[in-house]
Amino acid sequence: MSDATLFGLCGAALAGLGLYGLVTHPEPLRKILAFNLLGSGVFLVFGFVSRRAATAGVPGDPVPQAMVITAIVVAFAATALAIALVLRLLEQTGRATLSSDDPASATGEKGNS
Amino acid sequence: MPDATTSGGILLVLAIVLPVVGILLSLIAGGRQVERIALVVLPSNLIVASAIFADLWRSGRQLAYIVGDWQPPLGITLRADGLSAAMIVTTAVVICVIGVFAHADFDCRAEPFETRTSFVFWIMLMAIGCAMNLIFLGGDLFTLYVALELLTFAAVPLVCLDGRAETIQAALRYLLFALLGSILYLVGTALLYGSYATLDIALLSQRVRMETATLVAAVLMTVGLFAKTALFPLHLWLPPAHAGAPAAASAVLSAVVVKGSFFLVVRLWFGVMPGMLGFAGAQLVGVLGAGAILFGSIVALRQNRLKLLIAYSTVAQIGYLFLMFPLALDPVSETLHVNGALAGGMLLAMSHATAKAAMFMAAGLIYAALGHDRIAELGGAARALPMTVFAFAIGGVCLIGLPPSAGFLAKWLLLEEAIATGQWPWAMMLLVGGLFSGAYVFIVVSHALVSPQEPLKLRAAVPKYQEAAALTLALVSLLLGFVAFGPIDVLQVGPGAAMEVLQ
Repeated sequence: MSDATLFGLCGAALAGLGLYGLVTHPEPLRKILAFNLLGSGVFLVFGFVSRRAATAGVPGDPVPQAMVITAIVVAFAATALAIALVLRLLEQTGRATLSSDDPASATGEKGNS
Repeated sequence: MPDATTSGGILLVLAIVLPVVGILLSLIAGGRQVERIALVVLPSNLIVASAIFADLWRSGRQLAYIVGDWQPPLGITLRADGLSAAMIVTTAVVICVIGVFAHADFDCRAEPFETRTSFVFWIMLMAIGCAMNLIFLGGDLFTLYVALELLTFAAVPLVCLDGRAETIQAALRYLLFALLGSILYLVGTALLYGSYATLDIALLSQRVRMETATLVAAVLMTVGLFAKTALFPLHLWLPPAHAGAPAAASAVLSAVVVKGSFFLVVRLWFGVMPGMLGFAGAQLVGVLGAGAILFGSIVALRQNRLKLLIAYSTVAQIGYLFLMFPLALDPVSETLHVNGALAGGMLLAMSHATAKAAMFMAAGLIYAALGHDRIAELGGAARALPMTVFAFAIGGVCLIGLPPSAGFLAKWLLLEEAIATGQWPWAMMLLVGGLFSGAYVFIVVSHALVSPQEPLKLRAAVPKYQEAAALTLALVSLLLGFVAFGPIDVLQVGPGAAMEVLQ
C-alpha cells in the first residue's frame, strides 16, 4: 500500500466518523467536534489528491494544498462562530441543547418582530 | 480557446470589491458611520450591477475577467453570463430596498450610543451583497466554495440579531446544516480536481466524463447544496431561522440567501455537467421539488403566525425552483439544455426574491403596528395599514402566478416546456402549487380585510417609507412579468455552445 492510499483511507475513515457524529449526537458541542473530524478527513483527501496529481520532478501538486489551507481557515472560522453561539446559548438558558422544547417555555412565549 | 478579459471585465471586479471596501471602512469608522457607508455602497452596487446587465444586453456575449492575467487552470476567472447578470441585478435591487426599509429599525444615529445590532446588520447586509456577487460571477468551483461560506457566515448572525435564545438555537441549527452542506461540497471539489486537474467551470465542462468519481462528486455537491438551499427534506432549519429574525433580516435571508446555493446547483448541472444528470436524476430532483411544494404549502396552511406561514411558503417556493430540472432535460439526448424551462426557473427565482422580501417586510410592519402576528386576529389591519396589506397581497399574487406578474410568466414558460415534452405530472404539480399558494395568501388577506368588533388600536405608528419600500418590491415583482417584451433573452446569453443550441 502506498503512502497516498494510506492517506486516502485515513481521510475516508475520519470523514465517516465525523459524519456519523454530526448526524447522531444531539449536543451542539459534540456536533462541532464531529464537524472538525469530518473536515480533517476531507483535508486528508485533498492531500491524497495533491499527491496523485504529482508529475515528474514535483513531489506534489501545489494547487490542492493551497485550497486545503483556505478550507482549514474557513473551518476554523466556522468553528469559532459555532462555539460563540453555543456559549451565548449557554449563558442565556443555562444549557446548550438543540432540542426545541425547553428554552421557549423557559423564557415564555415571546413574539418575533 | 483561452478566455480573455473583455472590455467590461473590470465591472465584475468592482461588484466584488466595492462591498468589501465598505465593510472594511465600516470597521474603521465604527458603528455610528456604518449606515452612511452602507447607503453609499448598496446603491453603487446596484449601479455596477446594472452596468454589467446593460453591457451584456448590448453586446450579447458574456463578460470575463482573468484575475491577475493568470489563465485557468492555474488562475481564476470571473465570468458574467446571462443568468448571473439577471440575478445580480435582482439581488442588488432587493438588497437596496431592504436597506431603505431597515433604516427605521437599525438607525445608527437614533440611539445616543453605538448599538451592536445595527452595526452587525449593516455590515452583514453588505457582506451578503458581496458573497452573492461572488457566487454569481465566480468562474471556478473552489472560488464558489469560498463564496458559499462567506454567504453562510454573513447570514447566520442575521438570524440571531436580537439575541433571544430561540433565535440563537435557530442560528446554530442553520450553521450546522450549512457546514455539513459546505463540507460535502468541498469533498466534491476534491474529487473533481483529482480527476480532471482543474476546477474552472469552462475547462471542466470540456473535460468531464461519465465515471464513478465524477458522479459521486456531483451527488455529494448537490446534496450539500440542497441542505443549504433547504430543499425538502433538508428544510428543517429554515422556518425557525427565517421566522425568528427581525423583518429586514428575514427578508434578506428568504429572498436572497437561499438563491445563492440554488444558483450553484444550476451552475453545476447546467454549466459543468449537463449530460450527467440523466432521466432518473432529473425526475428525482423534480420529485424532491414536488415534495417541497406539497409539504411546505400544507404546513403553511396550518400556521397561525404570519411570519411562520411566510417561512413555510419559502420552503414550498424553493420546491418550485427545482421543477425546472426534469423540464429542461432533452428527452432524446438526455442532457440538460438552456431552454424555456431554465429561463422560467430563473425568472421564478427572481420573482420569488422580490415578492418574498415584500411579504416579509409587510409582515414585519404588521407585527410592529399590531404588536402580534397571529393570523386569526389580523382583523382591521387592511384599514389601518392599507399600503402594507396591499403590498402583501401583490406579493401573494406573484407567488400564485397571476398575470402580469413574473410568477405568471415563469410558470407559463415552465408549463410550455412541460407540455412540449409531454410531462403532464409536472404541469399538474405547477398548477396545484399555484392553488396552494392562492389558499394561504387568501387566508391572510381575508383575515386582514375583516372589520374588527372594536376599533383597532395600533401599538406604534409605522413610517410611510417602510410601507413604500415593501410596496415597491411587490410592484417590481408584479411588473417583472413585462420582461417578456424585452430583456428575457439576456437569460440565455451563455458560453458559445449554449447560444448555438438556441438558434
